[in-house]
Amino acid sequence: MANLDTAQGTMEVSDEVAIQIIGMHKWYGDFHVLKDIDMTVYRGERIVICGPSGSGKSTLIRCINRLEEHQQGQIIVDNIELTGDLKGIDAIRREVGMVFQHFNLFPHLTILENLTLAPIWVRKTPKAEAEEAAMHYLERVKIPEQADKYPGQLSGGQQQRVAIARSLCMNPRIMLFDEPTSALDPEMISEVLDVMVGLAETGMTMLCVTHEMGFARKVANRVIFMDEGEIIEQNEPEEFFNNPKSDRTKLFLSQILSH
Amino acid sequence: MADISFVRTESHPDLPPPKSETGILAWLRQNLFSGWLNTLLTLSAIYLLYKILPPFLDWAIFSADLSGKTYEDCTSGGACWAMIRVRFDQFMYGFYPEAERWRVNLGFLLLFGTGIPLLIEGVPGKKYLAIFVFLLFPPIAFVLFYGGLGLPVVDTAQWGGLMLTMVLATVTIIVSLPLGIVFALGRRSNMPIVRMVCICFIELWRGVPLITVLFMGSVMLPLFLPPGTNFDKILRTLIVMAFFAAAYMAEVVRGGLQAIPKGQFEAAQAMGLSYWKLMGLIVLPQALKIVIPGIVNTFIGLFKDTTLVLVIGLFDFLSIIQAATTHKNWLGTSTEGYVFAACIYFIFCFGMSRYRITLERRLDTGHRN
Repeated sequence: MANLDTAQGTMEVSDEVAIQIIGMHKWYGDFHVLKDIDMTVYRGERIVICGPSGSGKSTLIRCINRLEEHQQGQIIVDNIELTGDLKGIDAIRREVGMVFQHFNLFPHLTILENLTLAPIWVRKTPKAEAEEAAMHYLERVKIPEQADKYPGQLSGGQQQRVAIARSLCMNPRIMLFDEPTSALDPEMISEVLDVMVGLAETGMTMLCVTHEMGFARKVANRVIFMDEGEIIEQNEPEEFFNNPKSDRTKLFLSQILSH
Repeated sequence: MADISFVRTESHPDLPPPKSETGILAWLRQNLFSGWLNTLLTLSAIYLLYKILPPFLDWAIFSADLSGKTYEDCTSGGACWAMIRVRFDQFMYGFYPEAERWRVNLGFLLLFGTGIPLLIEGVPGKKYLAIFVFLLFPPIAFVLFYGGLGLPVVDTAQWGGLMLTMVLATVTIIVSLPLGIVFALGRRSNMPIVRMVCICFIELWRGVPLITVLFMGSVMLPLFLPPGTNFDKILRTLIVMAFFAAAYMAEVVRGGLQAIPKGQFEAAQAMGLSYWKLMGLIVLPQALKIVIPGIVNTFIGLFKDTTLVLVIGLFDFLSIIQAATTHKNWLGTSTEGYVFAACIYFIFCFGMSRYRITLERRLDTGHRN
């Protein structure tokens, strides 16, 4: 991953707020999953969220595009507050792309159809134009030759790159990554991370739940550590890894870095 | 300890498999004589075929009678196919007036001429074929079969035979699938009232035997309708059978809906697809593909269930054959009648089953859940 070293220097963070979360709580039945989350994300930020399993990190980013509903507090994305209002939800979902752990490509459609589906049906882009844009993004993730295959014929790493391209086809302003490399074989992780680094270099606002600490160190401008539904610590990557303040952070880092 | 270091310097070439793994002999050994039990079963199957097949062929073909006016004319001791020959037109059209039978022929010619290309892969202009079959054909078929627009009316009481069976089966199949999908979606809806209505509908129709439902439709229902309302018997049967089949279809489709991983819904939602687009573009195409065997199974069951209309006095294909075999001229030909009926039902059901295999192969995209 040669380009990792140069990634951070070229990226700038603006003063414009992309996402604001104020005093947000969420419960699953009786279980308090997210507790009093306060968080402001500026445009162009690359945030890595880490923490032990069950800490609520996936749930947090899934609240941002309303795949999960929060019960208390406010989430404001692109100046639209997330409420039960379906129009607002649809507007936010058009601007926020999401990449899942298990790719979730549509197995009955070809790669090209996967990429053009949302632009055609949601944005009403003409088919030819959508296909042109799709090929552009497939070239960017370096698999234009797979356009006419089905997802089942691709490797995990290729599928995840397609999934990233599929989100980009909607021209999102914010991208959410929910453990994008955890379901991949080790030799395929770097091809996906490379694409994500390339994306960060374009100035995309990114929130990424991941355990890839190399990626966090090189690309993120901020690392957030969560445990038991709370934000425990956040800092710039250098400080976060070299000089963690909280005991829970220290324990977590020692567990994931020890081997 | 010995030296454990090892490095391969050249790779092993691919060799052809040993002779015992290929060819006819290997196939026979693997499939028919792989063990003593298998050998025993193979030999008994051959013996059974030897005992059954020659006498059957003799009865059905070699000493069969093809011509004659009554059973008395069949003298050679084999099957009396003369009965089928004499009654063939009635088996096909029931009591449909002879002069008007071209209308039935034309109707089914139109249906098969447009419906079958619709099912074959790679035929151009499928959009127009589909519009014709699903939107234009039903009114055309109604006018052709029933009458109107200058054609003399043929009352449905005169419909019968294979024509009636085909009308019942086609209409029920075409109506029950979309209706079943709607009820399956309703049953999984978030809206409690919609869900309750769908559950009640499905459980009610599924919980009652088809014979009961047919009786209700033909005998009981008119008692509850205001006097003077005349509501065609075949139409009532069609409605009742379509609802009955839709309830079964709904459960088959629901099985498919539940098999779609949650991630598919989430990915589609995250892109901003609305409920109907999510269902129509992502979920249903996958769900229906999974349940093709179940759908075809229901269709086949439905096709054979049309024989139950006998109990409300309709002469479908099977009951018109039964009627012929109990006619005084043809007493003793019931075996011939049933064998003929079985062949025709088998052709239709086997055809559906084979088409299912083709369809599944065509829709395969290499994905396994």
